[in-house]
Amino acid sequence: MTQSDTAIPRPDSAMARAETVMPRPTAAMTRRGFLIASGAVGGGLLLTATLPFIGREAEAASDSGPYPVTIFARISPAGVVTIFAPNPEVGQGTKTALPMIFAEELDVAWKDVVIEMADYQGGKMGSQSSGGSYSTPANWLPLRRAGAAGRQMLIAAAAAEWGVPAAECSAADSTVTHGASGRSLKYGELAESAAKLPVPDLTSVVLKDESTFKIIGKSTLDPDKARIVQGRQQFGIDVKVPGMKYAVFQKGPVFDAEVKSANIDEIHAMPGVSHVLVLKGAPRVMEVAPGQPNPGIDDGLRGGVAIVADSWWRAQKARSKLQVDWDEGAHANDSSAVFDVQAKLLFSQPAQGSIRVDGDPVGALGQAAKVVRATYAYPFISHVPMEPQNCVASYQDGKVEIWAPTQNPGPGRAAVARTLGVDPNHVTIHMIRCGGGFGRRLANDYMIEAAVISKEIGAPVKVLWTREDEIQHDFYRPGGYHNLTAGVDAHGKLVAWSNHFAGFARNENFARLAVPGADAFPAGFVPHYALKTSRIAFNVPVGPLRAPGDNAHAWVFQSFLDEIAHAAGRDPIEFQLELLSSPLPGEGEGKGGNAFGPGLIASRMVSVIERVRDMSGWTARHRLPKHTGLGFACYWSHLGYVAQVHRVAIRADGTVTPEQIWVAVDVGSQIVNPSNAEHQVQGSILDGLSAAIGQAITLDKGRVSQSNYHDYTLLRNRKIPPMQIEWVKTNYAPTGLGEPAYPSALPAFCNAIYAASGKRVRKLPLSAVGIKV
Amino acid sequence: MSYTIQVNGTEHHVEAEGDTPLLWVLRDILELTGTKYGCGIGQCGACTVHANGAAVRSCQLPLEAVGTLSITTIEGVGATEIGQKVQEKWLTLDVPQCGYCQGGQIMAAAALLAHTARPGDAEIDAAMAGNICRCGCYTRIRTAIKHLGESQQA
Repeated sequence: MTQSDTAIPRPDSAMARAETVMPRPTAAMTRRGFLIASGAVGGGLLLTATLPFIGREAEAASDSGPYPVTIFARISPAGVVTIFAPNPEVGQGTKTALPMIFAEELDVAWKDVVIEMADYQGGKMGSQSSGGSYSTPANWLPLRRAGAAGRQMLIAAAAAEWGVPAAECSAADSTVTHGASGRSLKYGELAESAAKLPVPDLTSVVLKDESTFKIIGKSTLDPDKARIVQGRQQFGIDVKVPGMKYAVFQKGPVFDAEVKSANIDEIHAMPGVSHVLVLKGAPRVMEVAPGQPNPGIDDGLRGGVAIVADSWWRAQKARSKLQVDWDEGAHANDSSAVFDVQAKLLFSQPAQGSIRVDGDPVGALGQAAKVVRATYAYPFISHVPMEPQNCVASYQDGKVEIWAPTQNPGPGRAAVARTLGVDPNHVTIHMIRCGGGFGRRLANDYMIEAAVISKEIGAPVKVLWTREDEIQHDFYRPGGYHNLTAGVDAHGKLVAWSNHFAGFARNENFARLAVPGADAFPAGFVPHYALKTSRIAFNVPVGPLRAPGDNAHAWVFQSFLDEIAHAAGRDPIEFQLELLSSPLPGEGEGKGGNAFGPGLIASRMVSVIERVRDMSGWTARHRLPKHTGLGFACYWSHLGYVAQVHRVAIRADGTVTPEQIWVAVDVGSQIVNPSNAEHQVQGSILDGLSAAIGQAITLDKGRVSQSNYHDYTLLRNRKIPPMQIEWVKTNYAPTGLGEPAYPSALPAFCNAIYAASGKRVRKLPLSAVGIKV
Repeated sequence: MSYTIQVNGTEHHVEAEGDTPLLWVLRDILELTGTKYGCGIGQCGACTVHANGAAVRSCQLPLEAVGTLSITTIEGVGATEIGQKVQEKWLTLDVPQCGYCQGGQIMAAAALLAHTARPGDAEIDAAMAGNICRCGCYTRIRTAIKHLGESQQA
């Protein structure tokens, strides 16, 4: 059924056996990590390494990692090395990148490696969540150490066989060699004896010198892709299990609407329909406010009518006859037009809250040589992955088996267990390759729907959403409004910055990731700075979308910085370099950050800016043809440093043509898989351009106005500008690339439009302000 | 209703209502799941197949209209010389990211290259703009088509 069905260590098989011999993880143990070597089913060596999360060496000793990382690998007597990929693949490349890191240190030839997607292991294999560009930084050291430990054991096994010191032996290409005698043994031949050896201490294993890497840094093809080009790769939507039925689920036109009544009998009589179920909503807890304990990303069930049939098309056809009388609740009159007016009203009043104040912004603005004011607004946007939400669930006797394209299986398992009232350990989740994620699949609402329906009908079921369901029932990137005032001194240096942010909130709490962070640049680099907030009540489900928070805030801040630079008669790049060179005390040196890495380091940003300035011919921009302009922006996001320059031309009819993009990126010392890294940067930038050009989710009478790709648009394969990417390598542990290039794409593009046309974009998308691309 | 259709060179007898889109016949009855559902309104191209060699959106083609058309899907296109070349080039250049839309992209590209030996940018625009790639693999898709065009006899 699933491709990896036969070989994955399951909670009830290899893993459980490993657990019985696993030392109890004491605190000391957890800090050090531990490795278990055992005989594998069918012979060979099964390695199970559990390591503390080690994103930041300085904090590793504090025992405070978010979760341990467990790696499974199996070396068969025939020499096949099977590595279980822990995290879901959504197209970002983690299924290949993480095994590459392990294989590098194991010194196995890549041709001997088979990658299998692990099932969700209930926390034993870490969070197994793909999000936040954190797969690489969270796994970099643990995977290297586990691989190095395996190599050390294989060398020890060979040395014992030959009766020579291990130090005289070396490993390369799945082979241990004794240089002095010229003898060699393949890993497959050593696996059985290595399995009987004592395991090394994971923190003292010797890692390879990065300059000797053979796998890391080499473009490597995800083996799934050979199946993809032949149409044989299984995605979630393709799963079929015996006895499976098909379901569509009609949710309310207004969020949180409940069914009052429906023409159930009529629908039930339609061809192929076996069940029509009215389901009542169960609580959602996904939208948590910052500043409150984060219970994780979680979600429940929305009210609606499920139609189950013997084919999906018949269920969907029956749905076209469905008539529901909805209880639409208190938000049936919400509208985006009213939100806009509310923001304007809030900006005429004092702010309600304060996030950060440095110095005396009011006084400094009063004394500034020049003051610049502007209001910026961006809409809600939707994820629209190409594969609509879907899930196959099979409930039987208190146990649930799930096949889901999810980015985030842990909270899905918890939510299914909670909603169905079953033991979480009785929920098995198979993680199927996802047709795109972009953060949408961090929520698991489709999983809960399928599980509930399967339980109700007593049979396995596939729930598949339509594109319309997808666009009208997302966890949207929240919109927001910023009322900005800045002051420069007589030398054109930025001395004051004041931002009144009006954002969406429920019960006094802002939508998750709606509010800019207290450390968001240029905070920490402006002596007189204020970030204040006001709330607009709303009831729209929201959630993380690629580079959450930054994907909106970078556009505002980097556009406004460009605006200030122009008003002050400054070169926008020189203006930001000057800003970066004069941080407030203690700022710009990595303060803050998160468990996976340090906060903003100004010198790293300076390097990527200087690189992109040189790449793009920025200083010669005055020689460009008329109606052509360069725009610059930079942003630090998800531990990555990105600076980009866009060139656009304005045609006689006012249409904008993107002509060229230059990007400089610093994500540390290594680009694990360059082909895929380039994909991620290109994809992030085009994603940002799609959002800037035409994407908005708007509400009218509580209903989402957009429904499909005709009115919620994505870039198509035309007018895609050439993109030149350069990596600035620095001596920091590698970090991820799923998100960092997105945030700076929008302001670089809009700043280029300003340079070419003199039109400043202060509201997104461009289609809403009459700019055609 | 019973229909007989030609898919990938084989005759299939299908029991389904005549208004069932070919997409769902392929996916759920014939179990050829390489053809993907993306929008259902002919906007995204994930469901692209060949009908007598022309790229069509299978979500817009009802079963009763298939008639004697010879249908080729992504599972069958490798049997043609150009289809196989496109699939190989897609791997050489590592074109896909998530891969969900790529069956449709390959079908659209193969239809273009079968009729236009060396497509220029305008022809690629026209043939490929109906296929959305949410991941943004457009640069490599275009490069792959150009490489294939250059290797063909004009």
